[in-house]
Amino acid sequence: MRHSICAGLGAFLLLLGPARAADKLKVGFVYVGPVADYGYSFQHDLSRKALAEAMPDTVETTYLENVPEADSERAIEKLARSGVGLIFTTSFGFMEPTLKVARKFPAVKFEHATGYKRAANVSTYSARFYEGRYVCGKIAARLSKTGTVGYIASFPIPEVVSGINAFMLGAQSVNPNVKVKIVWVNTWFDPGKEAEAAKALLAQGADILTQHTDSAAPLQEAEKQGKLAFGQSSDQYRFAPKAQLTAIVDDWSGYVIGEAKAVRDGSWKSHDTWGGIKDGLVVLAPFTNMPADVKAMAEDTVKAIAAGTVHPFAGPVTKKDGTVAVKDGETAPDPIILGMNWYVKGIDDTLPQ
Amino acid sequence: MRLDLVPRPGRAPLAALLAPALAFLASVLLGGVAVALLGVSPAAAFAAYFIAPLSELWSLQEIAVKAAPLALIATGLAFCYRANLWNIGAEGQFVVGGLAGGCVALATQGSAGFTFWILPTMLVAGTLAGIAYAMIPAVLKVRLGVSEILTSLMLVYVAELLLDYMARGPLRDPAGYNFPQSVPFDAAARLPYLMEGETLHAGVLIAFASVVLATIVLGRTLFGFEVRVVGASPRAARFAGFSEARLTLAAFAVSGGAAGLAGIAEVAGQIGQLQPTISPGYGFTAIIVAFLGRLSPPGILVAALVIALTTIGGEGAQIDLRLPLDLTRAFQGVLLAFVLGADVLTRFTVRLVPGGAR
Amino acid sequence: MSLDMVQMILVTVLTAATPLIVAAIGELVVERAGVLNLGVEGMMICGAAVGFAAAVETGSTLLGALAGAGAGLGLAALFGLLTVGLAANQVASGLALTILGLGLSGLVGARYVGLKRDPAPHLDIPGLSDLPGIGRLLFGQDAFVYAGLALTCAVSWFLWRTRAGLILRAIGDDHTATHALGLPVRKLRFLAVLFGGACAGLAGSYLSLAYTPFWAPAMTAGRGWIALALVVFASWRPARLVAGAILFGGATVLQLHAQAAGIGLPGQLLSALPYLATIVALVLLSLGRRQGGSLAPAALGRDFTPHR
Repeated sequence: MRHSICAGLGAFLLLLGPARAADKLKVGFVYVGPVADYGYSFQHDLSRKALAEAMPDTVETTYLENVPEADSERAIEKLARSGVGLIFTTSFGFMEPTLKVARKFPAVKFEHATGYKRAANVSTYSARFYEGRYVCGKIAARLSKTGTVGYIASFPIPEVVSGINAFMLGAQSVNPNVKVKIVWVNTWFDPGKEAEAAKALLAQGADILTQHTDSAAPLQEAEKQGKLAFGQSSDQYRFAPKAQLTAIVDDWSGYVIGEAKAVRDGSWKSHDTWGGIKDGLVVLAPFTNMPADVKAMAEDTVKAIAAGTVHPFAGPVTKKDGTVAVKDGETAPDPIILGMNWYVKGIDDTLPQ
Repeated sequence: MRLDLVPRPGRAPLAALLAPALAFLASVLLGGVAVALLGVSPAAAFAAYFIAPLSELWSLQEIAVKAAPLALIATGLAFCYRANLWNIGAEGQFVVGGLAGGCVALATQGSAGFTFWILPTMLVAGTLAGIAYAMIPAVLKVRLGVSEILTSLMLVYVAELLLDYMARGPLRDPAGYNFPQSVPFDAAARLPYLMEGETLHAGVLIAFASVVLATIVLGRTLFGFEVRVVGASPRAARFAGFSEARLTLAAFAVSGGAAGLAGIAEVAGQIGQLQPTISPGYGFTAIIVAFLGRLSPPGILVAALVIALTTIGGEGAQIDLRLPLDLTRAFQGVLLAFVLGADVLTRFTVRLVPGGAR
Repeated sequence: MSLDMVQMILVTVLTAATPLIVAAIGELVVERAGVLNLGVEGMMICGAAVGFAAAVETGSTLLGALAGAGAGLGLAALFGLLTVGLAANQVASGLALTILGLGLSGLVGARYVGLKRDPAPHLDIPGLSDLPGIGRLLFGQDAFVYAGLALTCAVSWFLWRTRAGLILRAIGDDHTATHALGLPVRKLRFLAVLFGGACAGLAGSYLSLAYTPFWAPAMTAGRGWIALALVVFASWRPARLVAGAILFGGATVLQLHAQAAGIGLPGQLLSALPYLATIVALVLLSLGRRQGGSLAPAALGRDFTPHR
């Protein structure tokens, strides 16, 4: 008896299911890495979960993980064909495929992260990660005993380069003689190689590490050797409670929820969002393992950046070759930051041209 | 107890058909159990994996587009593997082919007037680059006896890093805010689409034609005969006066050329620009495809289609049923293992006999 | 460069080489028996996932390492059943194993993302471990490093100093003749495959328990493939395998040091160095060798069925 009731209820729900699902807005995410990377894709997936939690009755979410750039067009189109009304494509390499699929599906809204090409149904969004890097640079310069900071970098793209520059400018604002040693590992995620890079940098006199790669391996290496480091993408405090100073956390939740709401109430329009600390897209994890005065300095800097009184690329900024990049009294306009492919003075490294 | 394998005297057509079907059935059953453990209806999962991709014109096209590079590369590799040459660097040859052909497209960007020659030149450049890159392990093997397994594999990483450097450095779009990608190719440098919907491109035809050509070459030409003889019996080949060195170079040239062609077809067809990565591992997946197809071009075509089907079905299952990508991978692995294991039925009769293994 | 700096570099090289050595020494035995198992990467990543999971659940690094080895062994048993038992194609079966291992590791590891453990403890002998220049290198490693080197010696001894080792090598060179002599070809091959799997799993658990003590998907990042290449590089000899792993690890570590010192060359070129160095070294080695005769076990990769 009980079984037949259950079965009947099940059939009823099954009938009800599709109708209700059609009412909901389906939101899809395309990730370049595994959601379990505990870094970039993981953070994006947190925003998906936050969205599902914030609008449980009106939104349904789904995702595709580990999508290679070369395969992304099919993945995006597959989502569009599955009745998804709002698609977040979360990696720069998905730019052209997103635009192409968007042309085929004018009714579907697309959100492409870290790109610069838009269309009537394609918005772009990104975070001013460099603002966080600037704060980290100041902290590092205050805390480094050797005056040398190690920087583990992934690929020479503007986002990484502007991060290095902002870090250096922040550090120089505290100690003009600070040195930054850079190692390119040519990967976003290879814990072993990141750990080896961390060891090399620590062996060469760096006593604070920062990274633009996704794994917690450099932090753990710093912890093992009693040195300090910054987390990346996620708050990685649990991996290195004695080493993490803070972490530059990507928090996409507010943005993602806002866009989903806009699509639901029909107010969504193509736009470009490049938000920073002020907008809550870039969050600095709690400041730990540092004296109170350094913590106060860091917190003040965060407040000043949010208020707009401090800009990481406020002039004068001199390039490595000695030319002036930003004049005194000005701040670098967005296109310059977005396409940055030069180092500021004091960085001893060369970029591929 | 031990397994005894008794060779079948002749071919067993029934077994040849039944074996893959049985393997498929067994892995679907196992997959169903795994899916049920994850709290998803096995019937829905089966539909998402195997029915949905075959019931839409679009996804049929996508299967063809995904299978094309796999079939093309694997067909080339079949020449090597039949001759017992272990080229596992097709991924690198693919990348170099795409890069070289892409360079032609970028060099001729914006040319006006008569542009008909650009696309063929790209395809030729890609093929030649693939051949040239495959010649490194081939020549090292022939001249110095250096193992091609090691050199071809290591050269994959070198090729990937070369493309990465070029796409981030010299070849990047000057107006692209220094982001790592080239300008989109002109229409003259793109493989045309075959159907409405901008999915099925002419690269599929190239792959199909190559499979047909390879079938003829392997089955009906002296070169194909030499390849088969060397593979089956190196001693006999030596007595027959076949030059091992020449054959090594030729087999590597065929597989490198096929991989290079697949690379530029992918760049000129699906991608339409150069970027730091152009392959989701086609060169390695093609090795499985080659053996799954029993190193015969028609078999390879079928195997490539099956791999493409499960990949695309896996995406559907991920979207609609929240089945993790890892489950799709594990399922593919199990399916392959079962198909390979079941293959034994076509060649042997299996007996369980008492006594220890020998 | 100070003595301590040199020691630090050597320590890094040795630890970077350890997973390669452990995985490759297992594969060396497999290939010496005439079986080519391309699934090292898959067994390794499963070892990393299962090893970490077991260590978290039990709290014991040793049990974790054993579980990791067991995971590799389990996958290898499947491979052995296919290739040795059913005479399935070895190359394809090995690649199937790679995909299967990647998938299974993700499923097993999903619950352990974002957890951390303390790294496996390092040896600490008062006095010896603090010796300047050599103390940390010789007396300050974790158990995996010593185990890897011990394993290499043991395999070397087994293959060339024991009767069973002789038989194993003979089987790898000519399975038909050894079978005719009444030697248990399939049984020994199966055991060799199991040993190789256990080694690969152990190497994987080294990554997730000692090297970078957490679980992350695909954290082996191609090391299984490098291990395969090293077996070839080593001409199937254990001592040369260690040398090859150190060469490869050394090139990786040195290029990172060169970058940190500000050498100013493109990162991609430097990242390609370990691969190029391995090729060049192999070419140089073969220049010095007399021509003719492959060094590979003659039956490598060929199926064997007793009745054929």
